[in-house]
Amino acid sequence: MSAAASYISIRDVSQVFREDRHQEVVALKNIDLDIRRGEFVCLLGPSGCGKSTLLNAIAGFTLPTTGRIAVDGQTVTAPGPDRGMVFQEYALFPWMTVEKNIAFGLEIQKMPKPRIREKVSALLAMLQLTEFRDRYPRDLSGGMRQRVAIARVLALDAPILLMDEPFGALDALTRRNLQDELLRIWAELKKTIVFVTHSIEESVHLADRVVVMTYRPGTIKREVAITLPRERDPSSAECNVLAKELAQLVMEEQYRHNQDEIRASAAAG
Amino acid sequence: MKPSKLIRLLQGVLVPCLVLGLWHGLSSSGLVNPLILPSPLAVAKRWFQYLSPYEPFDPAKSGYLVWLVSGELLHDAYASLHRVVSGFLIGAGLALPLGLFMGASDNVYKLFNPLVQVLRPIPPIAFIPLAILWFGLGNPPAVFLITIGAFFPVLMNTIAGVRHVDAIYIRAAESLGANQWALFVRVMLPAASPYILAGARIGMGTAFIVVIVAEMIAVNSGLGYRILEAREFFWSDKIIAGMITIGLLGLALDTGMSRLNDWLLKWHRGIEHR
Repeated sequence: MSAAASYISIRDVSQVFREDRHQEVVALKNIDLDIRRGEFVCLLGPSGCGKSTLLNAIAGFTLPTTGRIAVDGQTVTAPGPDRGMVFQEYALFPWMTVEKNIAFGLEIQKMPKPRIREKVSALLAMLQLTEFRDRYPRDLSGGMRQRVAIARVLALDAPILLMDEPFGALDALTRRNLQDELLRIWAELKKTIVFVTHSIEESVHLADRVVVMTYRPGTIKREVAITLPRERDPSSAECNVLAKELAQLVMEEQYRHNQDEIRASAAAG
Repeated sequence: MKPSKLIRLLQGVLVPCLVLGLWHGLSSSGLVNPLILPSPLAVAKRWFQYLSPYEPFDPAKSGYLVWLVSGELLHDAYASLHRVVSGFLIGAGLALPLGLFMGASDNVYKLFNPLVQVLRPIPPIAFIPLAILWFGLGNPPAVFLITIGAFFPVLMNTIAGVRHVDAIYIRAAESLGANQWALFVRVMLPAASPYILAGARIGMGTAFIVVIVAEMIAVNSGLGYRILEAREFFWSDKIIAGMITIGLLGLALDTGMSRLNDWLLKWHRGIEHR
């Protein structure tokens, strides 16, 4: 891929965490990845493969130990409103109503009140949240909370959405429903999305490209382009073929993960 | 089956009625000197006397409402309440910013923590001699003592509250573009508020204990002063009437704080068992 086509550029990124004085964990090792503008990329792998670490590094929550991450040519050094983050745990502010949560970023930017109101109303409508405007997050279901979290990020017009297993805690129907909703938003607003998941079906349904990662140290095992036309049916034969291929790759890493756990528990016991 | 309102009411008054009956039996049996233990009826009579205006109504002197609240009890309750509230506001007002800074910054914490840890175990009562030496008699030493009583519970809970703020709220706020000020005021403060308000409630309780003690020593008004004064005259009925008033006022303060907490934390109800 030429440099011009690269919107998010990840160059030789490694991330080492010190667990204690004697132990270091290499979470990411020599990651090279380019993401195009408007692309929907899924990072797929078992837990412990560093997919969330990579996402956090793109978000700017942690800085890579070595290497460089750049967005549109600018090196990432801190979190910023150009990269909206959606967490699995929603991370809504429980002391704010739905409306206030969505308005938070806009109020920080000191946008005039009437414009905030207008914008929040549009987002509430877009995500079918209008009736929940004055509710507190604790009164909402998981799916509704995640809608609010997405609206909160969209409010800032961030060109990039970083999503850390956003639908992982939801039941299957709600999950499917939100996946379709996300695809609609992605197509309508032309966002670039980096989406972390450990669900193979989810990645086949959503992504333009699936990046399969290895278990410790986290490296890129394989990139699989999903060229199936949109409005995919996850239960179709084509999707199943891809899912099988991905499952093979992921299971190898899951096996290494399991072996590692057995070793660790043997050492501890 | 849910017990009916009547049954619950009976449940609530059963034990107090038994205690009252026992008390009455004891004091009317002649076994106990009524100076040591007056009968509940005598106490109730004294309480109304204490509550009602001292002089008969005289339109030339004052309006009816002013006369109605001119009783000694109301004056004492007002004096005590005024001290508690001023001392509490000063104490909590100083503890809150310090607690926020100590909770948010490790360096500030390391600077102040040793001093806090040494001062905190000293009961506010132990400050009485120093308070009188510094401020003389009257309201200032009383308010000073109450300030100390309210200060530490609010401080400790504010520190704990800020330290327990879930890191994910900070991350979310940062990625939404929040600067340090917004992070502090719009995220950390409200996220820590359940702890802070619990501290405020404890602080108010301590302040109320301290005001009674302070009034016994440093001032000559208020409920604490009044029951000590009654002892000088062997008015045991008035002592008990004063104590009951203290109990009722304390209950009212605590209920008020609890209602305020519920209202401020209406977003928080049941969040811990999500």
